[in-house]
Amino acid sequence: MTILVIAEHEAGAVAPATLNTVAAAAKIGGDVHLLVAGANVGAIAEAAAKIAGVAKVLVADNAAYEHALPENVAPLIVELAGNYSHVLAPASTNGKNILPRVAAQLDVDQISEIIAVESADTFKRPIYAGNAIATVQSSAAVKVITVRATGFDAVASEGGSASVESVAAVHDAGNSSFVGEELAKSDRPELTAAKIVISGGRGLQNGDNFKHLYTLADKLGAAVGASRAAVDAGFVPNDMQVGQTGKIVAPQLYIAVGISGAIQHLAGMKDSKVIVAINKDEEAPIFQVADYGLVADLFEAIPELEKLV
Amino acid sequence: MKVLVAVKRVVDYNVKVRVKADNSGVDLANVKMSMNPFCEIAVEEAVRLKEKGVASEIIAVAVGPTAAQEQLRTALALGADRAILVEHADELNSLAVAKALKAIVDKEQPQLVILGKQAIDSDNNQTGQMLAALTGFAQGTFASKVEVAGDTLNVTREIDGGLQTVALKLPAVVTTDLRLNEPRYASLPNIMKAKKKPLETLTAEALGVALTSTTKTLKVEAPAARSAGIKVKSVAELVEKLKNEAKVI
Repeated sequence: MTILVIAEHEAGAVAPATLNTVAAAAKIGGDVHLLVAGANVGAIAEAAAKIAGVAKVLVADNAAYEHALPENVAPLIVELAGNYSHVLAPASTNGKNILPRVAAQLDVDQISEIIAVESADTFKRPIYAGNAIATVQSSAAVKVITVRATGFDAVASEGGSASVESVAAVHDAGNSSFVGEELAKSDRPELTAAKIVISGGRGLQNGDNFKHLYTLADKLGAAVGASRAAVDAGFVPNDMQVGQTGKIVAPQLYIAVGISGAIQHLAGMKDSKVIVAINKDEEAPIFQVADYGLVADLFEAIPELEKLV
Repeated sequence: MKVLVAVKRVVDYNVKVRVKADNSGVDLANVKMSMNPFCEIAVEEAVRLKEKGVASEIIAVAVGPTAAQEQLRTALALGADRAILVEHADELNSLAVAKALKAIVDKEQPQLVILGKQAIDSDNNQTGQMLAALTGFAQGTFASKVEVAGDTLNVTREIDGGLQTVALKLPAVVTTDLRLNEPRYASLPNIMKAKKKPLETLTAEALGVALTSTTKTLKVEAPAARSAGIKVKSVAELVEKLKNEAKVI
């Protein structure tokens, strides 16, 4: 059994979710190969070769693979897939964009966002916004799977010594092109990998008030997230949304501030180790999952909390 | 141009589902069902394209049980011109749905297919991408903005780090994110009119589609329950607990 993991990379570095995906591959068992596709990705491939547990790194370095357009990257993966029993990618927006296209071309079902490996063909995944866990078995010749990063502990990014091999194949479907991007810039840790996450909801009342959370986050070395209500109201950009359709986080500590705790929000954070809720409505559903709840006005509680930590 | 919109009948998003005692699935008997929220956004976008004069005809398609006619009628009430139901009683995987939709695409030749990015029951986020693969169309997933410029579609996508814009050659497949638009409500006169709009019922067999599957669900369980926490009285007590009891800060 040999497993192909599609490496996620951004800004010239391997994205952390790749390490969790390699961990999932290790649980399945067998050799793990990593595919790094992109333009000018030589340095990334070298860094990827040091990831613990990776036997080989395949590098597809071509302008056609820049920005990971699925029309071009999916046929590349399909071409390679014949040599593999499993193809895995992180359940990031990239992985979700590309892998179903790969699966359909291979004429197999794809399994989304696994949180556990039961055996080489059996996996667990959440359904209904995390309110049920399905155990699914695949009979596909190539099992195409996306991995929820928070379900697996990351492998070490150093210590491996994989061989690096380049892949010559170039696929350019020519029916899509990259126009531009607007990336949110932040000095805080990445939301999905942070040890502490502080999230704000509608209770923050406006975008300006999020600064209270930022100051507290900076003091704790935390990332800042948001509920859909806060994003829809325009308080913060959408890439900060935590929930069923936003990002899934499972930090050591999750502090929910002014968030009622709708099913869709809980789906994105209820696997956090410790959950703290600060809300003035003591009936808010968030208190049913919070380890520590504080019924208080957040505008008084947050500055005080900032002073005390 | 012709626009095809796929809609799914799912458990209403406000319902807290219960896992069946025999672990065979989720109990959907007597539970409120609705159109998947992301599909509503897809219908709304198609209707807006028609209002702008870009779309000439909107066809709503569902692949599912007979009862999915309700959701198709909703789509018709919201502004779709006609509807097609590919009837199938059992729950289908995304690939099977994509294959059924591919057959409809072949038949209807739309320039644009709009789907929701994911169904809130299976949470797969696959069908649109799979349909794009089967048809060979370009895909614009997780769209928060869609603009038609001649034979090109500019799609702004919600990605992990922010937003990305791609240009797709038509025909193309788009899947909707929450921020694409705010769906309208169907008015009573429109609901009445929708009853007279055509709704065609087909079967996968008639379309020549094999709905085989390479996965099977062995069991469905309730997730591990979190034990109830405590309420603290003050910020000082909270900090003390986090430092000394939970040891997380």
